Amino acid sequence: MSIKILIPTPLRPFTGRQEEVEVDGRNVGEALEGLITSHPQLRNHLFTADGKLRSFVNVYLNDEDIRYTGLQQTPVKSSDTLAIIPSIAGGCCCCC
Amino acid sequence: MATTLSPSTPLSQDEILRYSRHLIIPEVGVDGQQKLKAARVLTVGAGGLGAPIGLYLAAAGVGTIGIVDFDIVDFSNLQRQVIHGTSDVGRPKLDSARDTILEINPNVKVVGYETKLTSENALEIFKDYDLVVDGTDNFPTRYLVNDACVLSGIPNVYASIFRFEGQAAVLALPDGPCYRCWYPEPPPPGLVPSCAEGGVLGVLPGIMGTIQAMEAIKLILGIGQPLKGRILLFDALQMKFRELKLRKNPECPVCGTQPTVTKLIDYQEFCGLRGVETAPAVSAAGALPEITAKDLKKEIDQGRDLVILDVREPHEFQIGRIPGSTLIPLGDLPKRVNELDPDRDLVVHCKMGGRSAKAVEFLRQSGFQKVRNLQGGILAWSEQVDASVPKY
Ligand SMILES: [Zn+2]
Repeated sequence: MSIKILIPTPLRPFTGRQEEVEVDGRNVGEALEGLITSHPQLRNHLFTADGKLRSFVNVYLNDEDIRYTGLQQTPVKSSDTLAIIPSIAGGCCCCC
Repeated sequence: MATTLSPSTPLSQDEILRYSRHLIIPEVGVDGQQKLKAARVLTVGAGGLGAPIGLYLAAAGVGTIGIVDFDIVDFSNLQRQVIHGTSDVGRPKLDSARDTILEINPNVKVVGYETKLTSENALEIFKDYDLVVDGTDNFPTRYLVNDACVLSGIPNVYASIFRFEGQAAVLALPDGPCYRCWYPEPPPPGLVPSCAEGGVLGVLPGIMGTIQAMEAIKLILGIGQPLKGRILLFDALQMKFRELKLRKNPECPVCGTQPTVTKLIDYQEFCGLRGVETAPAVSAAGALPEITAKDLKKEIDQGRDLVILDVREPHEFQIGRIPGSTLIPLGDLPKRVNELDPDRDLVVHCKMGGRSAKAVEFLRQSGFQKVRNLQGGILAWSEQVDASVPKY
C-alpha cells in the first residue's frame, strides 16, 4: 500500500528537498521505516538510538495525532496522508 | 439595545467615534468595546509576531498592553517587524513599540518590561494580565510562557513561524490542551533547524500575528470558537490552511491529572542549552580544534597549503565568501566527502560556527585528522579580517 508522507521544511535537506515522499506500508511504523530506508539521514531526526519515535516529533495520520490512534501500529490506507509536524520555536535561527 | 455601562470603562465621545466600526457590529457593540478597554493583554516579544499583535490590539482598543522585550531595533528586523521604523534602529524595541502604539491609539496604556522573561519574573508579570500572547522566538521561552500560563490559569495565544510556514493555537484554556500536551519536550539543540534552514518571509509573521490578535480579541469578547483543541497550520507557498487535532493529554507534565511540573523550572537546562549559547562548538568528544579568523588570515598570508571548506547553503555563499573557499553544504557533506583530500589541512566554516562544528565532527569521524573549525564563522572573518564581506 503506497501512502504519502509530508516532509516539513526543516527536514527537507534530508530528503533531497522533496516535500512529499511516497512510501509503502500497512501501518504507520512500516511507512516511517520506508521513509528512513530511502532517506537514511532522517533516522537520527525521527528516532532515538533504540528505535523509539522521538518525543519532540509529532506524527499525524490525516488530522489525528498517532499517539491517540495506536502509534506505529496505526493502520494506513492508500488515501491517507502522514505528516511529520516539527516543533518550531520562532522565525529566527537559534542554534549557531 | 439594553447595554449596561460599566462605570470603570465608559467610552468617551472620541472613543465612540474611533471604534464606531466595532460598535455597529452586534457581536461587539458598546459592551464588547468596554470589555476590550478593560482588558489587559501581555505580549511576550516585540518582534515579528509581536509587531502586528501590538498594532492591532492597540487599534482595536485593548486598554492595557504589556510588552516584554529587552532587544534593540536592528536593520535586519525591519523586513518584518513593522511596529519599528528605520529611524528606530538602535533604540530599545520597547520604546519604539510604545511610540508606535500610542501614535495609533493614545487611549492605550502600554506597560513595558525591559527584561528577559525568566522563571523568576514570569509569574509576577503574568499575574496582572487576562491573557498572554506568545511572540517569542526560542524554545526555552516558549516552554516558560506555556508553563507560566498553565500555572497562572491564563490563556496562551500561541503562534510560531518558519520560513513560509506558521502554526497557531489557543493554549492553556481551563479545559483545553497546552503546548506540552503537544510537545512534552523540546528538541535537543543539535536537532533544531540550523541557520541555513532559518529565515522567514517578512509577511508571514504579519499573517500569524494577526491571527493571534484576532484570537485574543475573540477571547476578550467571548465570541466565536477559539482555536482550542486544534492547531492551525499555514503554508504560504501553497496558500493553504490545515488543521490538526490537539488533545488535552491527561499525562501532560504540566496540565495533566498528575503534573510533575508544579513550579517554573530552569528552561535553558530543560532545552539542553546550558553553556551551549556561548560555546556551540564543544562536542561530546571534547573540544574541537579551532582557529580564529585572524590566525586563518595569517596562515593564508604565509602561503600555508589550506583547504577552506564552506558548509553553508549556496544562497549564503552568494551573499559573501572567504576567497578561495570550497562550498559543500552540510547536508551534502556525507555524499561528497570523497571530494576532499584527507592529507591536506582543512579549515571548515559556516555563518557562526555551529554547522561547521557538526561538519568538523563528521569529518573527524570519517578519518580526517587535520581539520579545524573557524571560530565564529564568516561573521568573525567579516569583523576581524575583511569588512567587505557582508554580514547577514
Ligand atoms: Zn498540557
